[in-house]
Amino acid sequence: MGYLSIVVLLPLAALVWASRAGGLDELWRQATQPEAVAALKLTLGLAAACALVNAVFGTAIAWVLVRDRFPGRGLVDAVIDLPFALPTIVAGLTLLALYGPGGPFGIDVAFTRIGILFALLFVTLPFVVRAVQPVLLELDEEMEQAAASLGAGPFSVFRRIVFPNLLPAILSGVALAFARAIGEFGAVVLISGNLPFKTEVSSVYIFQQVESDNTTGAAAVSVLLLLISLAVLLGIGAFRRWRTRHDHV
Amino acid sequence: MRAIWVALVGMALLAGSAAGGSTGGSVDLVAYSTPKDAYGKIISAFQKTKAGSGTSISQSYGGSGDQARAVAAGLRADLVALSLAPDIDLLAGKGIVPKSWAANAHRGIVSDSVVVFVVRDGNPKHIKGWGDLIKPGVQVITPNPFTSGGARWNVMAAYGAQRRAGKTDKQAVAYLYKFFKHVPVQPDSARNALAIFAQGKGDVLITYENEAIYAEKKGVHTEYKTPKATLLIETPVALTRSGMKKPAAKAFYKYLWSTTAQKAFAAQGYRPVVKGASGGTRFYKPPGLFTISTAKLGLNGWTKVNRRFFHPQKGIVAKIEKTIGH
Repeated sequence: MGYLSIVVLLPLAALVWASRAGGLDELWRQATQPEAVAALKLTLGLAAACALVNAVFGTAIAWVLVRDRFPGRGLVDAVIDLPFALPTIVAGLTLLALYGPGGPFGIDVAFTRIGILFALLFVTLPFVVRAVQPVLLELDEEMEQAAASLGAGPFSVFRRIVFPNLLPAILSGVALAFARAIGEFGAVVLISGNLPFKTEVSSVYIFQQVESDNTTGAAAVSVLLLLISLAVLLGIGAFRRWRTRHDHV
Repeated sequence: MRAIWVALVGMALLAGSAAGGSTGGSVDLVAYSTPKDAYGKIISAFQKTKAGSGTSISQSYGGSGDQARAVAAGLRADLVALSLAPDIDLLAGKGIVPKSWAANAHRGIVSDSVVVFVVRDGNPKHIKGWGDLIKPGVQVITPNPFTSGGARWNVMAAYGAQRRAGKTDKQAVAYLYKFFKHVPVQPDSARNALAIFAQGKGDVLITYENEAIYAEKKGVHTEYKTPKATLLIETPVALTRSGMKKPAAKAFYKYLWSTTAQKAFAAQGYRPVVKGASGGTRFYKPPGLFTISTAKLGLNGWTKVNRRFFHPQKGIVAKIEKTIGH
């Protein structure tokens, strides 16, 4: 608990403390500036989209890694974690070079919301994969075989046997990916172009306030962002517990 | 659990003793990032002089505003070299730098630059002056003035150039509205703006002359144009109160205006502030050069300019961003 306090709780408390400098009214006024609200909406929408896309593809990748045997599987397995190791600003530069106006594939999504989504997908990919993988490894294939022998088609097996077992893990991964996507700065700051009301995300807006010596505004938006993240994480957690309530009976 | 605590405390003690180990022979320089190479050369040249022999200089580089905030929060600094005078004024307000920091022969300014246009090879859009930036189809890259203190030079250059051409304050502000409509992206810093321009985005990049020279050196295929009316960028240096007590810090501070040091700045594309120190670089002197304190153009120093143009909510530029965004 002491460790948790120093590493997590104290900094969060200090942030809340800093945000209340001008009183609650000022806090609310700062957090609801039109530009801040626009950035917040964009951030939440993109983070949700990113979490959903990764839920699908992250699960698919985990499936392939666990169930398929192919040469280079170990390498692919290791590559999954690289987005975590790469400094995010480098990721941003790389993505800009690949998917920017001078990119080799003729795809130019830089400075658009799609570009930001690409960057977020890149940095959050490992979450779902790594959450689902161990559960999939533990999953008893005999259950699936039993279902198949009773006449269930592959889709039915997935829907009724595999998916319910994986869901808690997918949700954990989704929650992590969502939280990370909300706060991401380095990978996004280059590729987003930071146009207020269009492609400016909250983390960049907060950075702007800090650079303009408006620390109250920065803290206000941060606290709002944290509260929303907390609510979403609690919601996902509650849903997960509700889904798995029978496990404990 | 206890082992972790012991390790943490141990690390803190080590860090503390390392930071506290400096004596009269060491100087802490805290600077913004772009002149890093110049300072590296100046420091090694200084250490070869009589005054500088045996002096060790620790260097910290980062964004100008970040560095100022770090020093305000307690980062040890004897000498601060930042990109904007307000960043040093922030430290003066906290008593870290004496209020009279600009009271030397060079007003505390160690190097100059000007706001320039970097254009594509051959200048296909024929961009020469400020009026060309708001022609149909021209895309202008300039950093976000709220994340990049340096980008404020660009905006004020645009404003001042209009005033210098005889426009009223109202017309010059109207020009800024048009100007920002031609800005498709607003990178967070000058360096990232250059990266994005080098990637192929935009027709013209507004930046400092030293960045344009840096880009040329790095082989970015561009050329740069100095508009006839443009803003003189002045970069300040100051001794902190702790630095004023150290002979080595004072000697290094003075050395920054020596011919050798000024030549090192010039070699990196900065305009020297001492005569006869430009080395091999020829710096074009635009006829319509003005400064951030040219009062007859409505420019009354950074404090007033920041309040009027760059207040995060009420400033003119904040309003422009709001109008264009909707």
